[in-house]
Amino acid sequence: MLKILKYSFFDLIRSRWSIIYFLFYFVSGMVLLYLSNDVSKAIVSLMNITFILTPLIGTIFGVMNFYNSREFVELLLAQPIPRKRIFLGMYLGIGLSLSLSLFLGMALPFVFYGIFGSSAIGSLATLLLTGIFLTFIFTGISFYIALVNENRLKGFGMAILVWLFLSFVYDGLFLLLLLLLQEYPIENLAIGMSLLNPIDLSRILIMLRLDVSALMGYTGAVFHRFFGNGTGMLISLLALSVWTIVPVWFILKKSHKKDF
Amino acid sequence: MTFTIKQIFLSLLFLYGYQAYPATIEVSKSGQNSIQKAIDQANPHDTIVVLAGTYREHDILIEKPLNIRGVGRPVIDAGHAGQIIVVGSDSVAISGFQIQNVGFSFTKDWAAILIDNKNYCRIEDNILVDAYYGIYLKKSNHIVIRGNRLEGKAENEINSGNGIHLWYCDSILIENNHIKGHRDGIYFEFVENSTIVRNTSEANVRYGLHFMFSNNDDYIGNTFKNNGTGVAVMFSEHINMINNHFIDNWGTTNYGLLFKEISDGELSGNLFKNNTVGIFADGTNRMKISKNEFVENGWAMNVFSNCMNNEIVDNNFISNTFDLITNSAKHHNHYHHNYWDQYSGYDLDKDGIGDVPHRPVKLFSYLIGKVPESIILLRSFFIDIINMAEKVAPVLTPESLMDEQPRMKIITDD
Repeated sequence: MLKILKYSFFDLIRSRWSIIYFLFYFVSGMVLLYLSNDVSKAIVSLMNITFILTPLIGTIFGVMNFYNSREFVELLLAQPIPRKRIFLGMYLGIGLSLSLSLFLGMALPFVFYGIFGSSAIGSLATLLLTGIFLTFIFTGISFYIALVNENRLKGFGMAILVWLFLSFVYDGLFLLLLLLLQEYPIENLAIGMSLLNPIDLSRILIMLRLDVSALMGYTGAVFHRFFGNGTGMLISLLALSVWTIVPVWFILKKSHKKDF
Repeated sequence: MTFTIKQIFLSLLFLYGYQAYPATIEVSKSGQNSIQKAIDQANPHDTIVVLAGTYREHDILIEKPLNIRGVGRPVIDAGHAGQIIVVGSDSVAISGFQIQNVGFSFTKDWAAILIDNKNYCRIEDNILVDAYYGIYLKKSNHIVIRGNRLEGKAENEINSGNGIHLWYCDSILIENNHIKGHRDGIYFEFVENSTIVRNTSEANVRYGLHFMFSNNDDYIGNTFKNNGTGVAVMFSEHINMINNHFIDNWGTTNYGLLFKEISDGELSGNLFKNNTVGIFADGTNRMKISKNEFVENGWAMNVFSNCMNNEIVDNNFISNTFDLITNSAKHHNHYHHNYWDQYSGYDLDKDGIGDVPHRPVKLFSYLIGKVPESIILLRSFFIDIINMAEKVAPVLTPESLMDEQPRMKIITDD
């Protein structure tokens, strides 16, 4: 598995797209920092970019990479290697290379700017962590979709739909539900619903660091109490982990049965 | 003690015709050890010097004009038995004591120092520890309260008293005091023409400073930190609030500054930082709100629709989650020349004023007003999109509520 991971990882890291992905984060981080001259503001803007782009890139890369390396997979399958190792290796290869681009691209501008010792380091760390989580989650989902669908177009479309749903549509439905049920105590429902979407979950983890004043007001305090304390934090991280593991489990299950 | 010629001359001039010089009576643990007895023995205008030590007394009654001075911070401990010093005469000065452990009562407002219906007193440089009420003034005028430190142990609103409590007073000066752990740090009810300067009021259960039915008062250069609500101004007119700091007032019903039925005041040069709501205005009319800084608040201002003819000008709104929220599509206030960091317009003629108006009320803040739980969607893309749509064509948010001349740059003092 390690060998396949290594091939997949180095193949991707050398590719133009990884460099472009890295450069994109690096440049936007630099520009935001030096234009706003305010670390927390730069983190807010970067958060908006990250939560849209990371899942999207993860999705596209997952699908594209799987379809493109089809011949490579078929070649490997002919060898005496367990299927589990092949697919896990490929998945981790994509996830790691994307995460590396994200991590370096986002962290380096702040390191140059001098983040150490600033109070915003916690927010940046949260952003990096959730960004990496999102990368793995969406790579996994799209990888599974690609595995299920032989038809490239169909697979691609479905993966984008999932991204679109979790990024935009879900929040719209969420808001609609809150509006419809406003007469009822819906705090727990809201917490539950946010656990069901990794993007919302990541957003809330960042929000807890940036908008504490607002969260202490009105009902916000309920959310602050839940997500702000140790247990809530643990539950959120656990939910993100579940979101990471479930697609992988599906990939492994599917790869066992699939006819190539 | 040494006197200059001038002082001696002046003293002689003033004392001409007096039969006796003011005497100095000393109270110490080794000699005369009762403050009350010393007061009883003294003649009007004498000085009583109390030396270091702990004096277990309460209900000390002062019925003649005296200067009572602690040297080496003597402690008066009531052992929670009742009130401690009752001033029943004009022109009493009390300074240099540590006064502690006032009794608690549900029926009596026991205080560390009570001035009842008397004038021209000075309470200076005392430390009040675990006082139910700290300094309590009833129908008293021309009093100076300066440089005192009050440390209460209030835990809830029901079982606690106010730090400095004024009722029906006029011309009071409250300066450089530090008040902590009371119900209201400073409480004004029917107080006129009084000034509160450079005090710090923190960690009080209810309000840092509370005005009720009090007109023509000023508070300048104070810090209100980590209180239930920084300052509450209710049913009052002509209150000037200048250069104060309202910091860290966090919680569900907590505000930096609460306005309720007030009018014709001025609020300028203040800093609102890290509050859940910077200013909460209900029934507020003809106020001039200018040159204030709103930084990192949840909501910088919550202005109810029953507020009229207020002028909000030259303020900085920086890094607040929401700048402004209101509960109606109608509004009757004037916003202009403020700096809003969320303003996204342009300035083609380079006069420092944005060319397109800024609408500070976002659709999302309106939604939160309706469904508070929706705050969980804060900073979501979906919300950004509907905010943008609303900004282009306002439907739910007040269309006319806008800053026609938003500034492009942060306003600095110079």
